[in-house]
Amino acid sequence: MSPVQAVIAKELRGYFVSPIVYVVGAVFLLIFGLLSYLYVGFAGAQAIQLMQMQGGVAQINLNDLVFRNLFASVRIVLLIILPILTMRLFAEERKLRTFEFLLTSPIRIHDIIIGKFVSVLLIYLGLLVLTILVPTVLMLFSDFDWNPIWTGYLGMALLGALFLSVGVFASALTENQIVAAFVSFGTLLSMWLIAGLGSLLGDTTAGRIISYVSYMEHYDRLVRGLIDTSDLMYFGSGLVLMLFLTHRIVESTRWK
Amino acid sequence: MIDVQNITKRYGHHTAIDRVTFSVAKGEVLAFLGPNGAGKTTTMRILTCFMPATEGHARVAGFDCTDQPLDVKRQIGYLPETPPVYQELTVTEYLTFVGRLRGMTGQKLTAALDQTIGKLELGSVRHRLIGNLSRGYRQRVGLAQALLHDPPVLILDEPTVGLDPKQIIEIRELIKSLAGSHSVILSTHILPEATAVCQRVVIINKGRIVAEDTPEQLSARLRQSEKVSITLKAVPSDCEMKLRAIPGILNVLPGQAGGSFLLECELGRDLRDEIARLVVSSHWGLLELRTISMTLEDVFLQLTRHEDHLAEPAEAMVSAAAERTDV
Repeated sequence: MSPVQAVIAKELRGYFVSPIVYVVGAVFLLIFGLLSYLYVGFAGAQAIQLMQMQGGVAQINLNDLVFRNLFASVRIVLLIILPILTMRLFAEERKLRTFEFLLTSPIRIHDIIIGKFVSVLLIYLGLLVLTILVPTVLMLFSDFDWNPIWTGYLGMALLGALFLSVGVFASALTENQIVAAFVSFGTLLSMWLIAGLGSLLGDTTAGRIISYVSYMEHYDRLVRGLIDTSDLMYFGSGLVLMLFLTHRIVESTRWK
Repeated sequence: MIDVQNITKRYGHHTAIDRVTFSVAKGEVLAFLGPNGAGKTTTMRILTCFMPATEGHARVAGFDCTDQPLDVKRQIGYLPETPPVYQELTVTEYLTFVGRLRGMTGQKLTAALDQTIGKLELGSVRHRLIGNLSRGYRQRVGLAQALLHDPPVLILDEPTVGLDPKQIIEIRELIKSLAGSHSVILSTHILPEATAVCQRVVIINKGRIVAEDTPEQLSARLRQSEKVSITLKAVPSDCEMKLRAIPGILNVLPGQAGGSFLLECELGRDLRDEIARLVVSSHWGLLELRTISMTLEDVFLQLTRHEDHLAEPAEAMVSAAAERTDV
């Protein structure tokens, strides 16, 4: 087992020993289930209306009515719960004085960061896999296209990974977990809201840059079923940038 | 094994350690003594590559702390001031994690784990969560972590803090048993610990090394006269004069308690017999007579308290000894 794997195993163990994964996981799955139920309910009501108006069996599109709305709403859930998953990663090490131990162990800083990031990513992906139950159950009663659902899941995975990397960065800044959670929450919310600023500025250079920085349009395209390499690049480079900044922060504590 | 050349560490305008130079040979145990904030922990952090020195070079087992940190870290077992334990892991899980971080696997790891747990008597708690253990056990788990991979160099920041007296003795025995095969640096506030465990002592104050020698040599170096303390029942006015008249007595100083005196005698002469004879024959009533040897405590206090110790060692020492006489 390499040192990176050792860090991953230790972090996973830490997550499952504390109640954090169970609480966060339960809340996430509950809200995901509730949202699905609501959107399916709305779709059903719409279908009944259509039947009354047109007569006969109405063709409703579950992809549009249920999954696009569901995936769009999941953003806000991720925005709130993912900072809670990441807040302990570095802040706790600092608080409990194990940070010095990690940095004096024969392991590179980027291995520590990758280990911690991968551990929390695995937990998040595990939760996402559990939510596949929703389209699986719907498949039994209706007919829809799976392809946009897979791109939606790809979108959720990438968006979550980006959120988690911001959370890891925020956690490295402080020894207070609440502060870490709040910094990542604030950063992610700002990145959401600047999308509005981007559309206000319209098709100007500044507007285009600001819209690009926000994750909103990149995620929307994936949810609509479009896989564009520039969106993949956006998530990939954002994630690498945040982990790189984390590395600089951790490294800089040695010089203080 | 450890070679430190002129290392300086500055935090902004504050100089934590100033041109510190020392070395530790293979198999030697070195104590780092000094008051709080003297720079002990900073020096240890530089040696363990936690932070780089502002100036100067430190080498551990031939590797440079700035240029080859990973190689240095592999040679070192480090116990920081606070034992670096994860409360949510059991002792076995924690030590397994530590072993894997250091690249140990399979049989080698299991063997090292059992051996270390045995050495530190952690067998009864090996499956308990560290968060539920007492301070003493956590300290021992911290020590187990440092010893697990049997490193040639051990750096221990106050290893016996939080242990009960029996455990302190056991840990000291353990550290003594490591001498010869391991180079050890330990920092401590407890002076008898340094005398009991270490071959050499470095005293550091305000970021500078003020003395470096064996415990015995340190006290001998600072001692310029033998000291005898006496307490008399009756104190006639001429007794001080008569005491001074004994050949070999350099100085007679009144002690703090009534009837007590501190006599400074020439180095290497034992005048207790002459003093006793004079007191008895003069019927002053001899209540107490004892030699005062300079302990490491005196040396330590003197070196860290008096900046001008090198200029006036005798005076400073007399005051230190006089203070001790009161107790």
